Amino acid sequence: MADAALLVAEGIRVRFRTVGFVRALIQGIRDPFIDAVLDVSFALGPGETFGLVGESGSGKTTLVRSIVGLVDLAAGVVRFDGATIVDRSDSGLRTIRRNVSMMFQDPVASLSPRKTVRALVTEPFHIHDMTDRDLDVEARQLMGMVGLPVQLLANYPHQLSGGQARRVGVARALALRPKLIIADEPTAGLDVSVQGEVLNLMNELQTDLGLSYIIVTHNLPMIRHVSDRLAIMYLGRFVEEGPTAAIFAAPRHPYTLALLGAVPQPDPDKRREEIGLIGEVPSLRNRPSGCEFHTRCLFAQERCRVEGPVLREIEPGRRVSCHFPRM
Amino acid sequence: MAATDTVTAAPRVEASASAWRRLLADPLGAFGLALVVLIVASAIFADWLAQYPPTQLDIRNKFSEPTLIHWLGTDHLGRDTFSRVVYGGRIALWVSLVAVSISLVLGLVLGMLAGYGPRWLDSFLMLVFDAVRSFPTIMFALAVVIMLGPSLETVIFIVVVTSIPVYGRIVRTLTLSMRVNEFILAERSLGAGPVRVLFHHVLPNVIGPVLILASMEIPVVITIEAGLSFLGVGVRPPTPSWGSILNDGYAFIRDTPWLVLAGGMPVIVTTLGFTFLGESLRDIFDPRLRRD
Repeated sequence: MADAALLVAEGIRVRFRTVGFVRALIQGIRDPFIDAVLDVSFALGPGETFGLVGESGSGKTTLVRSIVGLVDLAAGVVRFDGATIVDRSDSGLRTIRRNVSMMFQDPVASLSPRKTVRALVTEPFHIHDMTDRDLDVEARQLMGMVGLPVQLLANYPHQLSGGQARRVGVARALALRPKLIIADEPTAGLDVSVQGEVLNLMNELQTDLGLSYIIVTHNLPMIRHVSDRLAIMYLGRFVEEGPTAAIFAAPRHPYTLALLGAVPQPDPDKRREEIGLIGEVPSLRNRPSGCEFHTRCLFAQERCRVEGPVLREIEPGRRVSCHFPRM
Repeated sequence: MAATDTVTAAPRVEASASAWRRLLADPLGAFGLALVVLIVASAIFADWLAQYPPTQLDIRNKFSEPTLIHWLGTDHLGRDTFSRVVYGGRIALWVSLVAVSISLVLGLVLGMLAGYGPRWLDSFLMLVFDAVRSFPTIMFALAVVIMLGPSLETVIFIVVVTSIPVYGRIVRTLTLSMRVNEFILAERSLGAGPVRVLFHHVLPNVIGPVLILASMEIPVVITIEAGLSFLGVGVRPPTPSWGSILNDGYAFIRDTPWLVLAGGMPVIVTTLGFTFLGESLRDIFDPRLRRD
């Protein structure tokens, strides 16, 4: 998979400044940064769907934003289709932005409010100087691909329903025929029936166009259904990564265990033993010593408090960051 | 979904139609609109309204009282005051329109740059804006007049410099709050550069409040023009201006009070008209801008 990989991220680190330069000097704060994403590496193959899950603030969204250059990398490399994106300046990012599209959480708020649907779905062509083609034809074709009537082309975002706006978002993402679509909470804020429609649409497009997806979500039943591989994030790090089916069948990291146990299970016979979490998510400013999960882990031992585990492969294709993975 | 094509673009037309109704339903707004229409019409049709050229002297007829021949009397040089007031309105509106337009455009661009650009540019522009605003306008105006000499262009220059920060600040704030919106991030992730983001996506969302602000700046500019002309550092005589009419009449206020009234009333009427209209428009379109 390593040589055929579409996207490779190595040692990604994203830092945010929390205190201004001058204030940090005056108050003697030596480290005015927090690491929102820390030492994350993964690879994604063509046609693959990669799921990213974790609690709010675990760095999922920041990680995917850093890949398309919406936030700067403090360390790490992103390789796309064999080419290393070294230059994070706007010109260097053009390659990745032509081939990687992003869908944002709020379907309506991610559409520029004063633009018609026609302007929105044809904008990628303007941005990338591809106006020589017939944009009318392109717009109609894109609407067809996402199953929207062409009459909606004249509408404004506030005149669309959530599901329609989401489809417009998909159409915009598809405009340049990307190889990878990054979807941040593609089902958030939609009715369950509409969620299903959107996921089916994304699935069909994947089959037809050979797309890869990175899907960021809280929605565990959904990601179980759609993703091939899954990574669980905690405090900006991957704690577990592997094939989705294997992780759901047998979670190895205590945090994964707790997350999966928190999903409401309608069938009482299938309810698994609930593994609770102790306390709250620690602050990124004040990362715990040793294993950063030990403060909330039911299985924490002395070693966990002093020595941080590394993300290691415990089975082929399965990585866990825990001294005592559940077996 | 079949019904959606019939509602296409309808809400916008409806919105502007209801805005008209709401403006006319607001007594102050309707009154302001009437005053503004009156003043603008008299400036446009000045050539028909005025019976005399505004600079025509008639020394034998000086200090004429208001009569059927001279509706507002004549000044110390026998010039017809009504004609001068009507042409003075043309100057006042011209100055305010040109000055407001220039400062609006410059304020928009600088404000968007401050709000969207790097931190240091924001700090620098805000420093300049604050420095300009901290000068008393009249002192600044007098200094500029001394350097450039009194003229219409000088008045426009003074107004532009002192009111760019007014627009710049509000545009900056609106841009700052917008740059973290998902649709801006979405544009950036597609590869849109700053120019496209600002002019295609930020501008349409900030222009509304700024235009309302501009309508409320017009009376301010008219008062500045009248004030500078009253002090003799505005438009050059014999060009008629409400300020210079006031100044001409001021010396003879005991004997011929109608001269001062003729210069002062239009300023008051215009200021009130534009202020009422602007406030009413602001309440209809953007209640967030209320300062009280």
